Amino acid sequence: MSPSTKYTEYDAYAAEEAAEGRVFDVGGQDWDQVVAAAEDLGDERLVVNMGPQHPSTHGVLRLILTLDGETVTECRVGIGYLHTGIEKNMEFRTWTQGTTFCTRMDYLAPIFNETAYCLGVEKLLGITDQIPERAQIIRVMMMELNRISSHLVAIATFGLELGATTVMLNGFIEREYTLDLFEEITGLRMNMAYVRPGGVAQDLPSGALSKIRDYLDRMPKRIQALRKLMDANPVYLARTKDVAYLDLTGCMAMGITGPVLRATGLPWDLRKSQPYCGYETYDFEVATETSADVYGRYLVRMKEMEESLKIVEQCVERLQSVKGPVMIEDKKIGWPAQLAIGADGMGNSPRHIAHIMGTSMEALIHHFKLVTEGFRVPAGQAYTTVESPRGELGVHVVSDGGTRPYRVHFRDPSFTNLQATPAMAEGGMIADVIAAVASIDPVMGGVDR
Amino acid sequence: MGLEEKLPSGFLLTTVEQVAGWARKSSVWPATFGLACCAIEMMATGDPRHDFSRWGMERASATPRQADLMIVAGRVSQKMAPVLRQIYDQMTEPKWVIAMGVCASSGGMFNNYAIVQGVDHIVPVDIYLPGCPPRPEMLLDAILKLHDKIQNTKLGPQRAKQIAELEEAKRRQLPLLGQGTV
Amino acid sequence: MSSQHPEQQAEQAADRVPAPRDADPRELPVARRGMFGARTTGDTSGYGGLVVHKPPKASSPRPYGGPEGAAESGVFDEVADELERVLPEFGDAIERVVVHRGEITFHVRREHLVEVARKLRDEPHLRFELCSGVSGVHYPDEPGEELHAVYHLLSITHNRRIRLEVSCPDADPHIPSIVSVYPTNDWHERETWDFFGIVFDGHPALTRIEMPDDWVGHPQRKDYPLGGIPVEYRGAEIPPPDERRSYV
Repeated sequence: MSPSTKYTEYDAYAAEEAAEGRVFDVGGQDWDQVVAAAEDLGDERLVVNMGPQHPSTHGVLRLILTLDGETVTECRVGIGYLHTGIEKNMEFRTWTQGTTFCTRMDYLAPIFNETAYCLGVEKLLGITDQIPERAQIIRVMMMELNRISSHLVAIATFGLELGATTVMLNGFIEREYTLDLFEEITGLRMNMAYVRPGGVAQDLPSGALSKIRDYLDRMPKRIQALRKLMDANPVYLARTKDVAYLDLTGCMAMGITGPVLRATGLPWDLRKSQPYCGYETYDFEVATETSADVYGRYLVRMKEMEESLKIVEQCVERLQSVKGPVMIEDKKIGWPAQLAIGADGMGNSPRHIAHIMGTSMEALIHHFKLVTEGFRVPAGQAYTTVESPRGELGVHVVSDGGTRPYRVHFRDPSFTNLQATPAMAEGGMIADVIAAVASIDPVMGGVDR
Repeated sequence: MGLEEKLPSGFLLTTVEQVAGWARKSSVWPATFGLACCAIEMMATGDPRHDFSRWGMERASATPRQADLMIVAGRVSQKMAPVLRQIYDQMTEPKWVIAMGVCASSGGMFNNYAIVQGVDHIVPVDIYLPGCPPRPEMLLDAILKLHDKIQNTKLGPQRAKQIAELEEAKRRQLPLLGQGTV
Repeated sequence: MSSQHPEQQAEQAADRVPAPRDADPRELPVARRGMFGARTTGDTSGYGGLVVHKPPKASSPRPYGGPEGAAESGVFDEVADELERVLPEFGDAIERVVVHRGEITFHVRREHLVEVARKLRDEPHLRFELCSGVSGVHYPDEPGEELHAVYHLLSITHNRRIRLEVSCPDADPHIPSIVSVYPTNDWHERETWDFFGIVFDGHPALTRIEMPDDWVGHPQRKDYPLGGIPVEYRGAEIPPPDERRSYV
């Protein structure tokens, strides 16, 4: 069978040939012809599939790379391998239970997911200014600690993907110390569901503040050590400087936010420009760089960790003097129970149980209604944003007046930022694709939700 | 009585099965197969505090062809399922699977259209590890339990017999509740 | 029921009939039936026949105010005035303007979407440089405009946010793509096609993005079941969340 007869059989191929040049149909026997024809054409186009299971794609990301030698001529990104249906699942749970789902989206920044969602619910309820101050401070503190842990993982995995195990080990051990604080405060290392509509789940345990202070003593030195390891490391510089360049125009067109945007020199940080949770009262700086490359993004992340430590320090100071509830006073919204640690783990506090089971029928009914049915949120829609470690995390909350969300949509920064991969990678070396993806720091749980 | 009585001191007697099991368990190479939140905890298991290189596991295998343990760390979506199976097929025998976290074990809280309700629909699972996500210590415990299993794996016809026995035991296992009523 | 006065019965019967739809069929979909949301025999309150309609869809009155309130004219009025000035067909293009919870929503007719978006991006006094993507919402109860696409725009220059909402009927699920204006919407529009089945005309490659290519249906629509399986736990069986008894 000659190639020409084959082409007439498949019209689609003929059309494709017209659009994209010669198409080779390899049947097996004609391999020599194909090779000879390819040599005549003189191109060595190679299509390489990377992922979804690949040690350096930062999760279940799939890259389809067209290579000319070692140069990437075309890069296409395939996602959806971690699609979890979280948004749909939330439509079948109460507003409060929603935090348990959305915390598992961007699993490196759970507190940000929860806070963005809760801010949206609170906006629809119209209770934004009734959230107790202590709850707001705790939220800010947790978010900043989370930012540190997230950036540490970003830098650690970046190192690992470039082949530097030392960076990975150093980053992860520091993250462990941050997670110890989370565990102390929320009971969990990840996926805490700690921030709830109306406040936070529970107050800080006694002794938490002193642990945070120890952490604050230790951490600046450790960040300094990481900087010593990498800031001027010639191998590191060679892999990051002037790699995966994306300027401000590109960022704006692609909708890129977060460290990638700030590495182009634009000091756009929602904590400063559209403050929430009282960020306007904290003293910190927005980290920027002007190099718009991988190294600049790394420097922005390092700087942000240092600024976050400053914010945590101010939070600790305030938490010493600001006492009071951590949940909204309105009993129609605030979760009725106070949690406590018992012999068998965390649960409702014995005092609360004694109250609803022993002394007050009304309290029992109220508890039952609020826990099983939940509260109603007035119909409408709201869009709230927080500055997550990866950029603008937006939540579009729609309510039809019921006890469950009608629709929740998360505008995850990883999803949007990942679109920039072709812009960063095409025309560069294949090894730099890894650096480009890692510098975006996508979290596939957030991308696919 | 037998040969072992006549051996000089300094000799250790064992079976080929035990030697093979010991060799296999002492350096299990996990395939780097992170999916979601659990993958971060799996990586944290490799960090200096938990350090699974104590069991010769720090060499995470980038290619499945040189791996013998697959830690399914996270939720498996319908789109990922065929990929997962292909990776499992690429691994060489003998191979083991740990379903890390509730999502991999049973679908967990994501009982919906997108998630495979337990990775045992796709690949045989040796150890189910609960938790959302499990702590690194829990993963270490699962790995040690797997070591135990590997150590006591039989060879050849003995293995077939062992499988049949396990199968029979499972078949006879009754549900915990409702035994009186059903 | 038989003990009731005939007039009352007639009134109740009239309540059960859907609201008359003469001029605008989209008017007044039902918001709630009964008192406590119970659909079965659970509601013994006597309010089982109650039908609460959604409020009519009307524009918010001027002044629109700003994010902090609508007491006096604010940034939202500035945006609306400027848009009216630069957009000759403003009256045609913008169906309604709704201000709620300190956020302004422009309901745009789909045929004018690209033009509105371009003006919003390019005019110096508007300059909404950043589009935060598109979020689909499915309202099966609103005949003629079941599918909504919601865009959130951000102006970094002026530090403002607005929302555009575009609707299309389920029978003709087409909305023009604004990828030519905001390239960032590439993946977002693919996602909305994947989950809701809205066809974005003019999108460079509108393919599925999250679900496998051969997936049937658009899973986040309201008429698509959640799709869980019953879970057996120690002999007892629990149905998936969407099939459980609920208050909604």
